[in-house]
Amino acid sequence: MSAALHPDSWQYRELNKRAPSLATLANTLIELAEAGHPVVAGTADLQYSNGLAGFARRFPERFTQFGISEQNMVSAAAGMATTGVMPYVATFASFLALLCCEQIRMDVAYCAQPVRLIGHHTGISLGFYGTSHHATEDIAIMRSIADLTVVSTADGPQFAAALRASVSHPQPIYFRISRGHDPVVYADDAPFEFGKAVVHRIGNDITIIACGMAVHSAKQAMEALNGKGHSVGLIDMHTIKPLDRAAVMAAARKSRIILTVEEHNILGGLGGAVAEVLAEEGGGARLVRHGIKDEYSLIAPPTHLYRHYKLDAAGVESVAQSLLA
Amino acid sequence: MASSGASRWPSNSGNDGISDEQAARLRERARFVRLETIRLISIAKVGHYSSVFSCAEIFSTLYYDTMRIRRGESDWAERDRFLMGKGHAAVGQFPILADLDFFDRSWLDDYTRLGSPLGDHPDMRKVPGVDFSSGSIGHALSNGVGMALGGRFHGQDFNVFVLLGDGEMQEGQVWEAAISAATHRLGRLVAIVDRNGYQLDGKVDDVAAVEPLDEKWRAFGWEVHEVDGHDVVALANLLRKVKADTGREKPCCIIAKTVKGKGIDYMETEPGWHLGYLAPEDEARARETILEGAE
Repeated sequence: MSAALHPDSWQYRELNKRAPSLATLANTLIELAEAGHPVVAGTADLQYSNGLAGFARRFPERFTQFGISEQNMVSAAAGMATTGVMPYVATFASFLALLCCEQIRMDVAYCAQPVRLIGHHTGISLGFYGTSHHATEDIAIMRSIADLTVVSTADGPQFAAALRASVSHPQPIYFRISRGHDPVVYADDAPFEFGKAVVHRIGNDITIIACGMAVHSAKQAMEALNGKGHSVGLIDMHTIKPLDRAAVMAAARKSRIILTVEEHNILGGLGGAVAEVLAEEGGGARLVRHGIKDEYSLIAPPTHLYRHYKLDAAGVESVAQSLLA
Repeated sequence: MASSGASRWPSNSGNDGISDEQAARLRERARFVRLETIRLISIAKVGHYSSVFSCAEIFSTLYYDTMRIRRGESDWAERDRFLMGKGHAAVGQFPILADLDFFDRSWLDDYTRLGSPLGDHPDMRKVPGVDFSSGSIGHALSNGVGMALGGRFHGQDFNVFVLLGDGEMQEGQVWEAAISAATHRLGRLVAIVDRNGYQLDGKVDDVAAVEPLDEKWRAFGWEVHEVDGHDVVALANLLRKVKADTGREKPCCIIAKTVKGKGIDYMETEPGWHLGYLAPEDEARARETILEGAE
């Protein structure tokens, strides 16, 4: 007996309307493989969730299905990389960064293998799936691992650009991407350089430093506040490690307040990284960290959670507005 | 140990067995491993004697008979790979790697000293000839799965040998890797379980029971063999035949029945020597005992 999926169901969306940043993963890897790069890919029973099914159809010999064995997948990717391929392995960020933390440290980073780890559905983007499926600690954990680049892209075009840049990047990389319904911030040909933040603008009153899905919210908030006569800026800190310290200090010297915004615990993530720079370099700006306030998220659909935790445009605007009073 | 049903190679398989001279050479290299292990641990002042002694013949057989390697060419793409889940036995591997000219023998003299590439566990970034770093037990079989997948992708026919501790059978990731290897029909992947029966806290099957090991591996889709892990003739002939079976689709598990601390009587009966430092007079006696074993 067959039955149709409801168009509002996530399965329908995954299968029929590939969401921007997740469709980007397979499409860009196909492009890179066709261009002759030694790209291989793998997942742990999530090929439809992360879109790698498309890559598997195009390049079955380059795709490995590991089943629900994330740690095995990461260690195997590292072993595979020693033979001269560049493995891109993807699963939910909660499992990749937390469950496989030690495999990432030992087999990928310490062994300096060119594995590209794609942690998708980050932060609270899995909504009512709950804490087991949320990743609000991954930036903090991943950025404490030596020789690992940590990247949180804002949207599909930026993720594609980062994937293209990754083929010549010397270090292993942890990519943090959202659930794939991310509103688009950048044009398809927007440049990307690891470790070089996108400085939209430095504000006299506030400069928001954001990463990942928060960049779009922050950009809208910036535009709304500037429309009300304030001077608000935005830095998209897509690479959290190595952090663009110069960009932070450019803001610290000019802005009264630096507001970090991230879909992550305010401890140890982007806010923590920026705090370390400000503490060491000075600059005079006050720092306010906005994100998940060291707590486990409530249950709700993602958009409701973003509203509740003030991570949507209106929420970021209200947080920034309160600082301007 | 349950052994019923464990397959054994027929004597008429067409592969020549090793000669007496070759066997004597493998035994001599195993003694070399034990003597060098004692010397290196005396530099570090603590080390895993008995963990090495249980697999000394496995080391010597793999490196001096089984594996396709080229002296001094640690990066040769077609080489057979060797990984250690029980990375704490690296002190027994390093002398072989130096002997095979992968690095200068003088490195051994500074084992574990400040800045030495050689520590208690093998580091692929520092030690030529180490095919993958280890130390965290349970990863190596997955690393081997990846290497076998990579070899297949490149159309290469190298074998991947992974030496696992029997205590390591308690790590869940080993069984994830076992499922993966069978699913992807990695016939060039060979796991060797050093079944010495002991781990740090006592007898393996008292600490967390792993038997019936042969049935477990077979149930996970592997071809299983059992062998006396100190009998270099049996070991070498089995490994030659496993390697020669290029049509095999199942990954292969060899359960090597070994004795922890093999060769030194008090280590064989006292599992505490998993990690230790021999007093000078005992060290001298241990050397004598090993040399007495020479033909």
